Order: sequence, then C-alpha cells, then structure tokens
Amino acid sequence: MVKKTLIPIGPYHPLQEEPELFKLYCEGEIVKDIKWETGYNHRGIEQLSEKKTYDQSFFLVERICGICSTSHPFAFANAVEEICNIEITNRAKYIRTIIAELERVHSHLLWVGLAGHFLGYNTVFMWAWKYREPVLDLFEMISGNRNSYAMFKVGGVRRDIENNKIPQILDVLSLVKKKTDMLVGAVMDDPVIHARTKGVGILTKQDIIDFAAVGPTARASGVAIDVRKDDPYAAYPLVNWKVITAQAGDVFAKAEVRLLEMYESISIIEQCLEGLKKEKEGEINVKVKDIPEGWGTGHAEAPRGEVFHYVLSDGSNSPARHKIRAPSYTNIATFKKSCIGQTISDATISLAAVDPCYCCTERMAVAYDSKTGNKIMNGNELIALSAQKTQNIKNQI
Amino acid sequence: MGFKEHCFKKSLWLFHFAGASCNNCDIEILDCLTPRYDVERFGMLLVGSIRHADVLLVNGSINQRDKSRLLELYEQAPKPILVVAIGACGCTGGIFAEGNTFAGPVDKIIPVDAYIPGCPPKPEAILAGVVKLLNK
Repeated sequence: MVKKTLIPIGPYHPLQEEPELFKLYCEGEIVKDIKWETGYNHRGIEQLSEKKTYDQSFFLVERICGICSTSHPFAFANAVEEICNIEITNRAKYIRTIIAELERVHSHLLWVGLAGHFLGYNTVFMWAWKYREPVLDLFEMISGNRNSYAMFKVGGVRRDIENNKIPQILDVLSLVKKKTDMLVGAVMDDPVIHARTKGVGILTKQDIIDFAAVGPTARASGVAIDVRKDDPYAAYPLVNWKVITAQAGDVFAKAEVRLLEMYESISIIEQCLEGLKKEKEGEINVKVKDIPEGWGTGHAEAPRGEVFHYVLSDGSNSPARHKIRAPSYTNIATFKKSCIGQTISDATISLAAVDPCYCCTERMAVAYDSKTGNKIMNGNELIALSAQKTQNIKNQI
Repeated sequence: MGFKEHCFKKSLWLFHFAGASCNNCDIEILDCLTPRYDVERFGMLLVGSIRHADVLLVNGSINQRDKSRLLELYEQAPKPILVVAIGACGCTGGIFAEGNTFAGPVDKIIPVDAYIPGCPPKPEAILAGVVKLLNK
C-alpha cells in the first residue's frame, strides 16, 4: 500500500496573505485529496450590519474585503435602492461604474503580481505592483483614501468627480494601458510561464457548472457569466464592452482572461468619463426620505465574480436581516477538481488561480441537494438526528 | 548601549500575522516591499518563521480562533521582540470590535510596542512607525 503524506499549508504561512489552512493528502508527489479549513477570519459581519444604520453599514460592508471594497457597497446599494424603488442620477451611475472598474484594474494587477510571485517569477510581481500604484493614487485623488473609498450611499455617491480631474484620470489610464501591454507581452510570450501554467489546474465547463463557480474562473472555462451583462446595473448598459472568455480552463487561460479584462475596464472608464462630461456637475444624489418595509436583492460583479446581497427591511433605520454571498465562497470549492492529480509544486498556483479571498468568504452556509431539495446535513446535525431516534425508541419502550 | 538596542542595531526581519482583517493592511504591508517604497533597502525582510523575526507585525481584529495562535506565536518568538499593531483593527478592534467573535484588541493578548492607526495606514505611515520605534 502506498503511504499517504499530509502536507499542511497554513494557517499562518509565508505564502499566504490571509489565514487559512489547506491540507494536501499526497502519495509521493501527487496530490490525492485536499481539505481546507477557514474561520480564522470570521468577524460576524452580517450580525454587525443588523446593529448599524444603513449609512453606517456602507462603511462596514466596504471592510468585508479590502480589495473588493467597491463591489460590496455596490451590491448593498443596489439592494437597498430596490427596497426604496429609486433611480439614481446618470452622473452617480457613471461615478459608481468608474470606481468599480478602477478597482477591477488594480485588483487584476495585484493578482498578476501574486501569480508571478507564486511561480517564482518575482520580476512580474514587482512590475505589476509598481504599475498598480498610479491607480491607487487616482483613488486617493478621487476619494481621499488608497483602499477603502467610502464613495457609496443610498441614492447616489458621496463625492463628485469634478470635470477638471478628467484629464488627469485619462493620463493615468493611458500609462496603465501601456504598462499592461508590456505585462501582456511579458506573460503571454514567456516560454517558462507557458510551461508552468498551460495544462495546470484545468477546470472543464462541466466542473464550473457543477461547482457553480463565478467570475474570471468561470469565464476562463468558456462559461460567459458576468452580472454586468446578464443583469446590467449602474452605467453598464450605457457603455460598449464585451465579456472576455477563454476555452482552456487552465491557469494560463485565467491569467489571459484577467489581463484582457483590464483593457475592457479601461475602455469602460474612458466611455464613462465621456458620459460624465455631458452630465451636470454636482447632481450625484437623490434624496431618500426613509427605507420602507420590504426586501431587496442586489448584485455586482466583483473582480472575483458575483457579489450578492440580500437586505430585509422592517421600516426601521437598520437592516432587519442582511445576507451576503461572496464569489470566493463557491470558487474555492473548485480546488477539489483543479488540485487533485497535480504535483505539489503545481498545487500552489492552482490554488492561487481563482484569486481566493478568504476575508470575503468567512460565513455560515447550509447546503441543499439541487435534485431533491433536501437539506444536506453536517456532522453535528447527524448526531442530533441519531440522538433524536434513540430518544424516540426509548419513549416507545 | 543596552541589550535591546544591541539586538535591533542591524537589519530587522519582520514576521506578519494577519488576524481577522479585511485584507487592506495585509496588502499595504506587502506594498511596502514593492518598488515605490522598497523597505528591503533598509535590510527589512518579511520572513517565513517567527523564530527568525525581530519584529512581529499584527493587523486585523483578533477573533476567538486566532487568539490562541497569536499567543503561541508570541511565546515562540525570540526575545526581545518588537510588536507593532497595524491599522484601526489592530489598535482597538475598529469597526469589528462589537462583533460576536471578537476576542479583544492585540494589546489585551500580547504586549504591544507601537501602534500605527489608519484604515488602512498608508505604506509611508507603516515605515514612519517602524522608524519611530527604532529611534525610541
């Protein structure tokens, strides 16, 4: 019998930014099974949100994840605006879209850098992070902070992007575009990167559907799923752009999708800036009197996939229930497919390829069988069920 | 020159502990290593093991699951060690201080030498904090 080795990665490992624990069960050098443990990052955000007012909740949901700090407020704003049934002004729509797309640019650059780091290609890491800085400077100029922007509120945005700032934004975008060309050239034509990423961590179209993966992970396997196209919100229906897909489903395809998406994002921002010039400055707000009773759902396409927020309002000034579903939650499950059968050295990049974000992910979930609709039970519930049966038999005797 | 000054005279090696954070501070700490800020110029290096470290950087609120692990790390660390709490959550618990899993800010669990507030602190602020700590 072949001996199985357990290799733990984490919870505090130099490879990872965030705390999580992976257990790789290996035979020789081949990964046979993988398990993961999270919970090191659990902060009880849904419960905290119920204690805060709608205005305060925006600052909280922004801090679910530092890198998706637009997507969560975006989805939350969509949900609350659905309850109030209000339409925001065009200028606010453009500003929201610009912030969301700038975030996608910096998040994808960050991923390309980290992927390069995981492959032992530190030049790519340094380049990508160097050219991410001008984007963060833009954020600082627009919102006053490099990472958490606090731009969203119910009924619009908190700050305007004045028309005199537009040339500066365009300058930075053209710089980023030029540097993206360079990065694409460096990544796409490099024989070493081809050898390390092609055919590694393959997810087929069926795997994506089975695991309900979203975002660039799904698009790299030929599933053209994108909330911005499927259920357009904000200014996305007002601009021209296309959903980027690739067919191979390996790590290289995921890198390709992300790099090409950056061009689309830059083009969206340029069109939004054009649109911004036509709208009157300062019209960024619709007055909201109160939040009526009811419920609303909102989603937004984060750099990693679909972010979904459900808000239940009881007519008071804070949400009665707030449910959040982040993209990494489903994407992480694809590790069961992508890592098994790989060597340990390839497992790292397969894990990194979905751009997992554990601070988004930490939450409770109950699984239902899609065919029968029955609840799939966990260990404790099975024990409780067993105890119940013993009790029933005792009562009968 | 005292024993502590002697220990921190040369290149400082850093170990980064991410508690229950929102990732912002982690990214800003990593940002310090990249070309614009480049702390490696000063001999500072992120290391993989606490046993090699002179400075323990802690960011994020600490939840009940992290608490024992942070304590264990502190006990494993070679002394003297400088502990730096980074970000609003590291200093006070920040926006997550009312959460049901919160186990107290960093200074309730281990002794802290410096606090760098901000949500997230800019890389410049992190550098300034470490420099101030060294001149103390």
